[in-house]
Amino acid sequence: MKDWRYRLAEQRGTLLALAIFLFMFVVYVSKHPAGFTANVVQTAANKGVLLALVAMGQTMVVLSAGIDLSAGMIFIFTNCLGSYIIAGSTPMALLGVVGVLLAGLVCGALNGLIVIYGRLQPIVTTIATGSIYYGVALWLRPQPGNSDNFNSDIADFMTGRLPGGIPVSLVALFVVVLVVWLPFRRSAIGRAVYATGSSEVAAYMSGVPIARAKFWAYTLSGLLSAIGGLYLTFITYSGDASFASGGTYTLYSIAAVVLGGVSLFGGVGSAVGAIFGALAFRTIGDLLFVFDLDPLWQPLFQGVVLLLAVCVGAARLFQIRNRLDLFA
Amino acid sequence: MTIRLPAPLRRVDPAVATAFACIVLLLLLGSLYSREFLSPAYLLQQLKVASFLGVIATGMMVVILLGQIDLSVPWVVAVGGMMACAATAHGLWGTILAIPFGLLCGIVLGLVNGFGVAYLRIPSMIITLAVNAVAQGLMVAYTGGFSPQDSASHAMRFIATGDIVFGLPNALIVWALLGAGTVFMFTRTSFGRAIYAIGNRERAAYLSGINTQRVVMIAFAISGGLSAFAGELLAGYASKAAQAMGDAYLLPSIAAVVLGGTSILGGRGSYIGTIAGVILITLLQSILSVMQMEEFGRQVIYGFVIIGMLLLYGRERRLR
Repeated sequence: MKDWRYRLAEQRGTLLALAIFLFMFVVYVSKHPAGFTANVVQTAANKGVLLALVAMGQTMVVLSAGIDLSAGMIFIFTNCLGSYIIAGSTPMALLGVVGVLLAGLVCGALNGLIVIYGRLQPIVTTIATGSIYYGVALWLRPQPGNSDNFNSDIADFMTGRLPGGIPVSLVALFVVVLVVWLPFRRSAIGRAVYATGSSEVAAYMSGVPIARAKFWAYTLSGLLSAIGGLYLTFITYSGDASFASGGTYTLYSIAAVVLGGVSLFGGVGSAVGAIFGALAFRTIGDLLFVFDLDPLWQPLFQGVVLLLAVCVGAARLFQIRNRLDLFA
Repeated sequence: MTIRLPAPLRRVDPAVATAFACIVLLLLLGSLYSREFLSPAYLLQQLKVASFLGVIATGMMVVILLGQIDLSVPWVVAVGGMMACAATAHGLWGTILAIPFGLLCGIVLGLVNGFGVAYLRIPSMIITLAVNAVAQGLMVAYTGGFSPQDSASHAMRFIATGDIVFGLPNALIVWALLGAGTVFMFTRTSFGRAIYAIGNRERAAYLSGINTQRVVMIAFAISGGLSAFAGELLAGYASKAAQAMGDAYLLPSIAAVVLGGTSILGGRGSYIGTIAGVILITLLQSILSVMQMEEFGRQVIYGFVIIGMLLLYGRERRLR
């Protein structure tokens, strides 16, 4: 295969997610009463970025053929933590931001250490650690609220607009891709994560540092979920230890990852695809409002679109020549 | 030198033995706090509460043995409860058919899951998630987002809260019968053996002549049906269905199955272990709440206990 065709095939999932998102967003904006204005884009961006960040984190782990069912709970926990420590003068609040990110790193690292050295299955490990993180979140915020001297300047800036109408949240997302995803993807550790996800045994045999790869996958997942939690704090000005919200973000992040062309079997896909998957998933939810349908039908609509989207994955069945390949 | 245990003991799965040992330990620790924990009334009450989780975990176990997972539990439970209550509101025939109708709805959703996994080859984690979203959407659209006003039929309340013989709760009897049926299915029927075979290697099972796709689809239908049935029991217990009534059962049911020594990768596990896992989780939740531990502490301890127990016996083998 020619080089560019190979590269195109590699990015097919990402491009498909981008196409789905663009299509939905165009429909959304064209039907929106206010049209394509900076306000509409800003609101959509702020909402979409939350899921996009958690989905990016989920991608890291899914690429290593694991799964992080605690992603939503880290998101909630860091949100609650942020509502306490992003307070006071701006330098203090910035220190708080660093604290929130560190907390996310620690949560992710804990997941990784248990999975690697405890040799437990990721799915049950992260269910259990998710319960712990949620417990801590609930301890911090038994009721939704924020600290008395919450620094809303940072929050307003991070959720506001740059001159020219570009939402800061989108810029922040872009920066995260540049600072976290691209270096990771191009590093030896990133390669190792892909290799581990493709075939752990083969990776082990070829001397790939599996343990280190997995550790960084989980740790970065925690960090990205924490950035998501930080953004939730910026948007709502408060922390809310909501079990339902944590569970929803975990499940939606998996859905977004799949929509974004990342294989749940590991080793295939990119976080950029997951971002578009997340944005597309968010837009599905908003579409009904602009179509003036009863909001009661929104969950059903979202569910059916999700069901159809995952069934598209079944198209590969037509390429199967040998029945045995079904069970590979 | 290893000590040779007597034959009956040698056959005991260490995971199951550890799980039962942990149950005893929990009860002993509890009894230090209050003697009530060893009273028959308390234990029976716990078994009754456990039987709701037990019914769901049975379905979950069938699916996990295949190496799959069913994340559609929360809203299939709600569908079962709500549809059975809705049928009850439709006159005499509705009341009579309430339980079968709720069951049927769950089985249909399970069949959709199973069709997606078996024939469309979609990863179970994502198709069951989508079916969960659809079930939620259907129920929100049907109820208008409020808790439905229809109440549970007498039969549902009787099964969930009544008792026929010797003060044994009916729910426990139902779970016992279901468990006996499941053990029979796993050990004595070709369908049950096929589940284990597929969980080990679907390819090999297919080559040895098993219609693996049909088995997988039926397994998901069983899981859906049992979730819906548990929803009916829960609706009978609270005498009506509620939004999000099943949310609290997804993770505990997975945890119960895994704590019982069933491999999440499929193909390995026994039903007796699942029973132990269900009782363990229920007891843990109950003891923590009786000790008036606050919710956050319960969540944290719950997480640590699951990890701690799995570290005792649920570890994978080292790569070689």
